[in-house]
Amino acid sequence: MKFQNQRQVYGETLLELGRENKNIVVLEADLGKSTMTCLFEQEFPDRFFEMGIGEANMTSFAAGLSLTGKIAFTNSFAVFAAGRSFDQIRQGISIPKLNVKIVGSSAGLSDFGDGATHQSVEDIAIMRAIPNMTVLAPADGIETRKMVRKIVDYNGPVYLRINRHDLPDLFPEDQEFVIGKPYLVREGKDIVVFANGIMVSRAVKAAEEVGKEGISVRVVNVSSLKPVDENEIKKFASNVTGIITAEEHSLIGGLASVITYILRGNGLPLIPVGIEDRFGQSAHGYDELLEEYGLTTENIVNSVKKLLVK
Amino acid sequence: MTVAELQKMACTLRINVIKMVGVGQKGHLGGSCSLSEIVSVLYFYRMKHDPKNPAWKDRDRFLLSKGHAALIQYAALVEAGYFPRTEIDRVKCLGAMLQGHPDMKTTPGIEGNTGSLGQGLSMACGMAAGLRLDKKDNKVYCIIGDGEIAEGQIWEAAMTASVFKLENLIVFLDKNNLQATGPITDRYNTNPLLEKWKAFGWHVAEVDGHNIKEIIKTLDEVDKVTGKPKIIIAHTIKGRGIAFAENVASFHNGELTKEQFDQACSELNKNN
Repeated sequence: MKFQNQRQVYGETLLELGRENKNIVVLEADLGKSTMTCLFEQEFPDRFFEMGIGEANMTSFAAGLSLTGKIAFTNSFAVFAAGRSFDQIRQGISIPKLNVKIVGSSAGLSDFGDGATHQSVEDIAIMRAIPNMTVLAPADGIETRKMVRKIVDYNGPVYLRINRHDLPDLFPEDQEFVIGKPYLVREGKDIVVFANGIMVSRAVKAAEEVGKEGISVRVVNVSSLKPVDENEIKKFASNVTGIITAEEHSLIGGLASVITYILRGNGLPLIPVGIEDRFGQSAHGYDELLEEYGLTTENIVNSVKKLLVK
Repeated sequence: MTVAELQKMACTLRINVIKMVGVGQKGHLGGSCSLSEIVSVLYFYRMKHDPKNPAWKDRDRFLLSKGHAALIQYAALVEAGYFPRTEIDRVKCLGAMLQGHPDMKTTPGIEGNTGSLGQGLSMACGMAAGLRLDKKDNKVYCIIGDGEIAEGQIWEAAMTASVFKLENLIVFLDKNNLQATGPITDRYNTNPLLEKWKAFGWHVAEVDGHNIKEIIKTLDEVDKVTGKPKIIIAHTIKGRGIAFAENVASFHNGELTKEQFDQACSELNKNN
């Protein structure tokens, strides 16, 4: 299995796009070596803006660039991109639907060492609540590349959530990414798991494990959190006996909210896997932290079995 | 336009503002009237713009960072012919083109959405950088308020403009000395201004913000300065031109009685 780092892929794709499209400009808040916008900076210093450690100003500055016809990418850690610049995104960018792409890097708990201040448990909730905003969370490197290319073609504000670590490839290379479309990753008939980000590969692993016991699990990658094709979600939730959502995000306002809202009234039991209403914390490793918050293959396996108990 | 015509236009703009404030409805009268001469000079003398083609690529840009003074911009836009006069009768009505704060999606001639204070200057910096990237020599004019500069983002933008040497950015600071709840010196003192902006690397000029000739002269002078952003600290009177509202904080966003409305109209018409 091939692993790719979403940050690396993002940086490389931005560079490719920079070569293809002179209107692309990149703004950075002193994290370029982590967000990998340094690749763009090296080749296109004129279209790269080091804004210092000032996310609010960076975001409004990007609005200004977009008002002169540029496609602006702002970059920071997810917790700051969505948190520190919320009002700038809402007022100056989303109300007039400007063509600014807000990229939240090191999202979720993926910056494991830095603790609660640097871990975003609520970025998707914040961004989803803003009218006109598109919210995307890729499952792997392949999908990251496709998404970055796609959002350049889309004229409007987008929030893109990027993980810090190497993730296994699972999005088919020959599959087109379409904003709003949920993707079937694995067919199954007993239980459906709606997942995104790092939890997609964990859901697949869980499906393989319970498969050995004759349980059949469908896995759907809901990488578009807004918009999302409701009919597709309903279709994927049909002919099963239970539903699981799995996300590296608070259970408030993220994928669990998306799915429970769409499937309200369908009567099927549902177990949400995600971060309970609490902040992150420091740990020596990512897996250790994910385990503490229940974001594991094992938790999905157990949830599947719980749903199947008659 | 001549200086006399620009002065008359400033009065016309104030009349439009009063009409839009109307009777028995809240409206940002004070901070709109303090800007009448500056806006008159920018729209009817200084800026390259085309009301018949608001998206003209070679236009100068105008951004009202203190977006609550939208009425003065609407007043100028309607006089310039950006939209029909009937629109100003419908300001802030449900579904109206003219919203309580500038909205580029609804109103021709509005360059960006401002009103959450402190953000417009950063946007103006981005515009100036974007125009420079396109090798255009157009200017970006931005108006901020002396109350508004309590917002920290203003100072982030102040650094940015000087870091990037945005010489095509010209800012007016509307120093009308009143924030919404009272005198700035008593409430939240943002002074001294000159020293702050100089320390942030800007070229700083001062002007009587109600003197058309001086405004024009100062704009000519700052145009000669290269390599740094420019700010013109405009000494103004909040509510200028309407005697009972001058220097009265409650007319920041106040209501007019029928008597006050008539009195304001008759005063302004006398001067027009």
